[in-house]
Amino acid sequence: MASNEEMIIIEGLTKQFGALTAVNNVTFNVSKGEVLGFLGPNGAGKSTTMKMLTGYLPITSGRASICGFDVEDQQLDARKRVGYLPEGAPLYGDMTANAFLGFIAEVRGFSGSEKSDRVALARDRLGLATVFNKPIETLSKGYKRRVGLAQAILHDPEVLILDEPTDGLDPNQKHQVRELIAEMSADKAIVISTHILEEVSAVCSRAVIIAEGKIVFDGSPDELAGRSPTHNAVTVRVAGGADAMKAQFEGLDAVQTIEAADDGERLIIIPKDGTAIIENVSALVRAKGLEVEEIYVDRGQLDDVFRHLTLNT
Amino acid sequence: MRYSWVIIKRELAAYFATPLAYVFIVIFLAMSGALTFFMGAFFERGQADMTSFFTFHPWLYLFLIPAVSMRLWAEERKTGTVELLLTLPTPTWTIVLGKFIAAWAFISIAVAMTFPLWITVNFLGEPDNGVIVASYIGTLIMAGAYLAIGSCLSAVTKNQVIAFIISSVVCFLFLMSGLELVQSFFQGWAPEFVLDALRSLSFLTHFNTIIRGVIDLRDVIYFASMIGVFLYANAAIVDLTRGS
Repeated sequence: MASNEEMIIIEGLTKQFGALTAVNNVTFNVSKGEVLGFLGPNGAGKSTTMKMLTGYLPITSGRASICGFDVEDQQLDARKRVGYLPEGAPLYGDMTANAFLGFIAEVRGFSGSEKSDRVALARDRLGLATVFNKPIETLSKGYKRRVGLAQAILHDPEVLILDEPTDGLDPNQKHQVRELIAEMSADKAIVISTHILEEVSAVCSRAVIIAEGKIVFDGSPDELAGRSPTHNAVTVRVAGGADAMKAQFEGLDAVQTIEAADDGERLIIIPKDGTAIIENVSALVRAKGLEVEEIYVDRGQLDDVFRHLTLNT
Repeated sequence: MRYSWVIIKRELAAYFATPLAYVFIVIFLAMSGALTFFMGAFFERGQADMTSFFTFHPWLYLFLIPAVSMRLWAEERKTGTVELLLTLPTPTWTIVLGKFIAAWAFISIAVAMTFPLWITVNFLGEPDNGVIVASYIGTLIMAGAYLAIGSCLSAVTKNQVIAFIISSVVCFLFLMSGLELVQSFFQGWAPEFVLDALRSLSFLTHFNTIIRGVIDLRDVIYFASMIGVFLYANAAIVDLTRGS
């Protein structure tokens, strides 16, 4: 298969609950090898879109297909190719992780040694060995989430749809899950929903932001950062305090504003239109012989962009 | 069917993973015993048969079977696992059927554990074992009809208590539809064929002919079609209530 093959195709997807339009004419494709971060405020329609993709919710209008199979007309073929972690990772609490994964493997059509191999592989990839024979309801939130993930990757699906896969995990577990996603991304199309923005820069090759059911951004995480007013801004800490030094940096090319940071020791030089100004700034520092204690380039505050995009619709 | 078999195994394991199975079986045996010996006057009747045992089954099932069926779908909807289940590559009807068969098998286990009574009857006298076999078959197929109603109504709500109450009431109406209680409501204004139709829907009427030792094809078809209709409705309700 070609690396740019489109595994998920969504065209004009719309979902209405009575008078409420939860998802409004959403269109995007996801190719093999892509990890798409699906972002948006709570209630924006992320989970609803995922539920339609996995065939749980009927589609009001528009179309969606997984590996060429329509999610409604060829739903069983489509579902076979999807691994899905529903929101909140619902599981059968009275089963052990072992029995639960065995059940999923059997429904997915595996038996005998292939079944036990798949279950063992999923167990090891998610680090479930120590809790494998305990009832799921007695596990911590982090382990439950990992059992949910193990269930989703068990059949090595071509498409993974994970609704908040790292919710409730501690930083180490988050790191582990992100590594797992990165590991698997080469031969799969992966969609993860999240509202943790750092996750997008950490694992995603592309970000789609949805607000009130509509797509408000579709691009790479770098492009997303580029929308930030502080993208490529240069922060310098110079001896003598920010206010005193402010005048030294006046008159630089392509600079929008220069402001003192809250701590009063740093200067933030914000460029026009996100231009890279670090070279100009460092040239000026050298020319004037200023004593710089700290200097760095800001990639942009994703939080600001997110707020800007999702509130101005 | 392969899918249903996987579901059946999981469901049956779930019954025995919790105290539910043991509590149910103990209560079923205790209640059916009490009803047989005290209300049914098993010894005083002086007859070697099991009529006093089977007569009370329609009443016993009225609340014991909704207690088994109430969790079938309401619990899945409450915990959200229904989303997991309905996004697996298996048609909805295979899951409905699997859950139903597992619950039916479980109830059959409980009913089968009344076999000491059968042995006792044979020890005390010479009963017509043909009638007893027919009655066992009859009680199981009637339990299936109760269960199909309960399973269907369990899909209507996320609340198991509501599922239990609605199922009991609907089963009660089917049980009583041949009797005065329901009939008198329709008498006087409804045409006779409606009264006849209602009477023919009664669990009691059909069950009573079976425990007299006559397995009439019509009674079997009646209970089988009750199961079919309610399971069909069950699958439709499960699909309609997705996401709500």
